[in-house]
Amino acid sequence: MGAIELVEKSQVAERPAMKSGDTVRVHVKVREGDKERIQIFEGVVIGMHRGSTRGTFTVRKVSFGQGVERIFPLHSPTIQKIEVMRSAKVRRAKLYYLRDLKGKAARMKDSGRTDGSA
Amino acid sequence: MITGIIGKKVGMTQIFEADGSVHPATVIKAGPCVVVQSKIASSDGYEAVQLGLVEETPAKVGKPLAGHYKKANVPPTRVRREVKVVSGGDGVKPGDQVLVSMFANGDRVDVIGTGRGKGFQGVVRRHHFAGGAATHGSMFHRAPGSIGASSFPSRVIKGMRGAGRMGGGRVTIRNLKVLRVDADNHLLVVQGGIPGAPTGYVIVRKAITAKKLKVAQVEKPKKGKK
Repeated sequence: MGAIELVEKSQVAERPAMKSGDTVRVHVKVREGDKERIQIFEGVVIGMHRGSTRGTFTVRKVSFGQGVERIFPLHSPTIQKIEVMRSAKVRRAKLYYLRDLKGKAARMKDSGRTDGSA
Repeated sequence: MITGIIGKKVGMTQIFEADGSVHPATVIKAGPCVVVQSKIASSDGYEAVQLGLVEETPAKVGKPLAGHYKKANVPPTRVRREVKVVSGGDGVKPGDQVLVSMFANGDRVDVIGTGRGKGFQGVVRRHHFAGGAATHGSMFHRAPGSIGASSFPSRVIKGMRGAGRMGGGRVTIRNLKVLRVDADNHLLVVQGGIPGAPTGYVIVRKAITAKKLKVAQVEKPKKGKK
């Protein structure tokens, strides 16, 4: 094992196997003053950026008709947990085309994949 | 007490803090080192030690250098560097080991290495000259401009900044914060970048101008009526 992997190993958090097209609920810790609470961001994973602890994933949701995307560091300690709600059948690794679609056109077929936690 | 250690740059990664903030970090394989020679004020005029970086395979050295290592009774090393010794702590003698556990999390260190060479560069990149406008009929782009007067002094004054070889020299980065110390694997993780490319040799020493740790100031309530 290389030296960098040794350093990164302690940083890796346990995350469910997820991929583009999955609908996920991300439980994020939010600090307000000295109080801490959990905020849930639910949406479709439109891209994963791999790379051990440096990995990130992008979640897109449509909130009051406005598209919102959030990029999370996969192993960030502010993410308490990630739930995979459903998995869709997609043919791309990056689903950036969803940004141009809305409503019915942005629906996706369920993949029937059952290895998610949902 | 020995103030530094020799290391090898491994590469960069990132480290998460508990609050979710992320720091860029450089991993250095620091040590194990051995003291090859100790220099003392009475015979050398100053206090220092010559360290050798112990690597997987011992170095192949000629007979004169082999004798130098034999005096300290250590296997020959490829790299030797000198670091200062400050008073206090145990005395050092040749053959002693120097390990990364001399540093602790949160310490400030200086990292000295050889920077990456940038090749022959113009004055805009090398000396941060402003250059001229790219458009609007400007015929002056990245040239240095005038480098002196004509008939007097009829020469260019020494030290005039010009184009030329850039980088590749000795670089010191001061006051880097130690994020992790892994004594078992001889690894040191510092915040931020360090000079040179991965596999380059560096010296990590205790910061000579360490900034004091910030202590939160509590404002006293003002006396008197408001």
